[in-house]
Amino acid sequence: MAEALILHDIRITRGGAPLLRIDHSIAPGAVLTVMGPSGVGKSTLLSYVAGTLAPEFEASGMVCLGSTDITALPPARRRIGILFQDDLLFPHLSVGANLAFGLRAGGSVAFRRDRIAMALADIELEGYGDRDPATLSGGQKARVALMRMLLSEPRALLLDEAFSGLDVSLRRQIRTLVFDRARKMALPVLMVTHDPEDAAAAGGAVEHLTAVGQGL
Amino acid sequence: MRPLARRIASLRVTRASRLSTPSALGLVPALTLLAMLGPVCAGLAWTVLPAFGYLPAAQFSALSLDPLRTLLDWPGLSAATRLSVTTGLLATALSLGIVVLILAGWYGTGAFRLLERLLSPLLSVPHAATAFGFAFLIAPSGWLSRLASPLTGWDRPPDLLIVQDPWGLTLTAGLVAKEVPFLLLMALAALGQTDARRRMRVAQALGYGRISGWLKTVFPAVYAQIRLPVYVVLAYSMSVVDVAMILGPSTPAPLSVQIVHWMGDPDLTRRLTAAAAALLQGALVLAALVLWRGSEAAVARLGIVWIERGSRGHALDPVLRPAGLGLGLLAAFAVLAGLAGLAVWSFAGFWAFPDALPQTFDMRSWSRHLPGILSASVTTALIAGFATALALILVLGCLESEYRSGRSLNRRGLWLIYLPLLVPQTAFLPGLQTLLLSLGADRAIWAVVLAHLVFVLPYVFLSLGDPWRAWDRRNGTVAAALGTSPWGVLWRVRLPMLLRPILTTAAVAFAVSVGQYLPTLLVGGGRVPTLTTEAVALASGGDRRAIGVYGVAQTLAVLGPFILALALPALVYRNRRGLHG
Repeated sequence: MAEALILHDIRITRGGAPLLRIDHSIAPGAVLTVMGPSGVGKSTLLSYVAGTLAPEFEASGMVCLGSTDITALPPARRRIGILFQDDLLFPHLSVGANLAFGLRAGGSVAFRRDRIAMALADIELEGYGDRDPATLSGGQKARVALMRMLLSEPRALLLDEAFSGLDVSLRRQIRTLVFDRARKMALPVLMVTHDPEDAAAAGGAVEHLTAVGQGL
Repeated sequence: MRPLARRIASLRVTRASRLSTPSALGLVPALTLLAMLGPVCAGLAWTVLPAFGYLPAAQFSALSLDPLRTLLDWPGLSAATRLSVTTGLLATALSLGIVVLILAGWYGTGAFRLLERLLSPLLSVPHAATAFGFAFLIAPSGWLSRLASPLTGWDRPPDLLIVQDPWGLTLTAGLVAKEVPFLLLMALAALGQTDARRRMRVAQALGYGRISGWLKTVFPAVYAQIRLPVYVVLAYSMSVVDVAMILGPSTPAPLSVQIVHWMGDPDLTRRLTAAAAALLQGALVLAALVLWRGSEAAVARLGIVWIERGSRGHALDPVLRPAGLGLGLLAAFAVLAGLAGLAVWSFAGFWAFPDALPQTFDMRSWSRHLPGILSASVTTALIAGFATALALILVLGCLESEYRSGRSLNRRGLWLIYLPLLVPQTAFLPGLQTLLLSLGADRAIWAVVLAHLVFVLPYVFLSLGDPWRAWDRRNGTVAAALGTSPWGVLWRVRLPMLLRPILTTAAVAFAVSVGQYLPTLLVGGGRVPTLTTEAVALASGGDRRAIGVYGVAQTLAVLGPFILALALPALVYRNRRGLHG
């Protein structure tokens, strides 16, 4: 069931100038940490994998889930979950509606309601369904954002500086939660960060991106 | 990377993005451009042809210079031309000057926030209502002379020609009061994109006074951003019709008003003269824009000299700061007191001259005009509603297509958006009417809606563009990663999150349509009565109670949607703190 996320010989250029290259396979449940100074194109790599690369970039290579090539799929059909530094809970929806937005379509109304209630209980936010996301604490928002993503049943997980916005103690807690869930669901994780502690906690391979020179 | 591989790679990227961009959406920008510029171009073409004697619909088919000759023989020509030029240049320079003084002297202070709050709502009030209110205020029998009568001892209105003075000064003042809020809001939006605060901190640390520091460090950046709005004010002030009919002189009238008179003349040869005059109006505006552009360069050069001298300008602040605040308050007061005057007149019973208020108040004027108001309101709302809906759909389509293709608007695109506001209405609307007449489509309400759309679209672009682009794209990425299609992202995430700016934009669009006089009059062939055309038609009659009733109705017609636009999001999202920025 669980499949590896394969970044096959990906090269990204901007206006013909090389930006980055990576060739790596991430096993189910494993984490690949991509580190490097800001401006080196870490987030660009994630947007390529997610399918939202801005038009000023050109890219070659393949993104595969197991044996499926998803390079040409629109973002909505890739089933690759992403977490950003900000929680990005939709401000016009309640906490429960945010989770329902993530939950894969299908099932009766009652089933979906139960599923949301269970998901809330799962992240220790029982009864928070009708709350305004703006009234939650930072840690609560991060947990809702994670759960919303997991409910969409992704097959891989992208973390874009996902823990940088949290203070130190909260950071450790959320990081552990995210990695535990990913491991339990056997999701391959691609994490971009500038914090060595994130990399250490992930425990997987670390790829250091450096500015690619003109020689390539 | 090898060239071939690169080409293949870029092909793949294009293919992937095309999957998510349906072609129908790609057509919207072209359609919008057509809706905005089509009528302008067609109208200009049908202005040029009759100006040279070609108007087959009225059996004129020989090209000649007769219309131009008739125009040149018109005795009022030099005065009308002079009025158009002086009013336009003076009103623009004064409005810009007041806005600059307000911003330079007071930006970031409590007094500024007060002024901003006073002036911003006035932007939407129709020009005609503002002009009537202003006339009621300063006329010899107006509020000001009534209030002054205890001092001056006037027991009947002084014999002064204030409103409709032959130099167009009242007209200029009325325009300034209305353009100051417009330029102030445009400048505020521009200030957000310049690091004004840091520039000022540096200038003040170097010992510069507030006003001279602002003029030397912030103004150049702000002016570069509001150049097009300033041109709009210039073109508008030179060619305005409704305000000129109310506040401008009548013998001779400004050129724009004379064009409308000729257009309405039963003698069809007058239409040829009107077309020739419209051509002249267009040329005048073009010349004035070129002159203004040239002055910009001259001012810039003088500014450099001033900057290089290094004078700290401390003497300026104590004089110019109060002047700026005073003029800003005066502009706000002129409009607000004018509107209050309209309201008082609409309820006035007997009101003898030096009395500051009527002896009695009653509903007679309102009940007398209610049937007319109601039917005009329905027409007004219908036209404004359709124009607003069409404009919103087109602009949202353009912005969404821009978002999906990742190409953003460049400087040339911005010029195109401003173009319908830069071509004087009197230069192309007569031609548009002639064209519609020959197609048998004049007097049709849909033609009026399309004509309004030309003027509504630019404002919708300007009002919605910034909040639309300021939306955090990562919301879209998250929603897509959760399996939402591009249309789903639009409907379920982006539009709901942007509900407030969308509704505000709708209110702006509605107000722009409600305030349109000339497009309604000419394209509707005088047979599509709206609140604005009915109000302006009362100008020559001088029935103040009727004018008061229609002016108030006009003002309510634009304020209503704004109140809705504020109340609705507050109600719908009352439990959503994240949306109350």
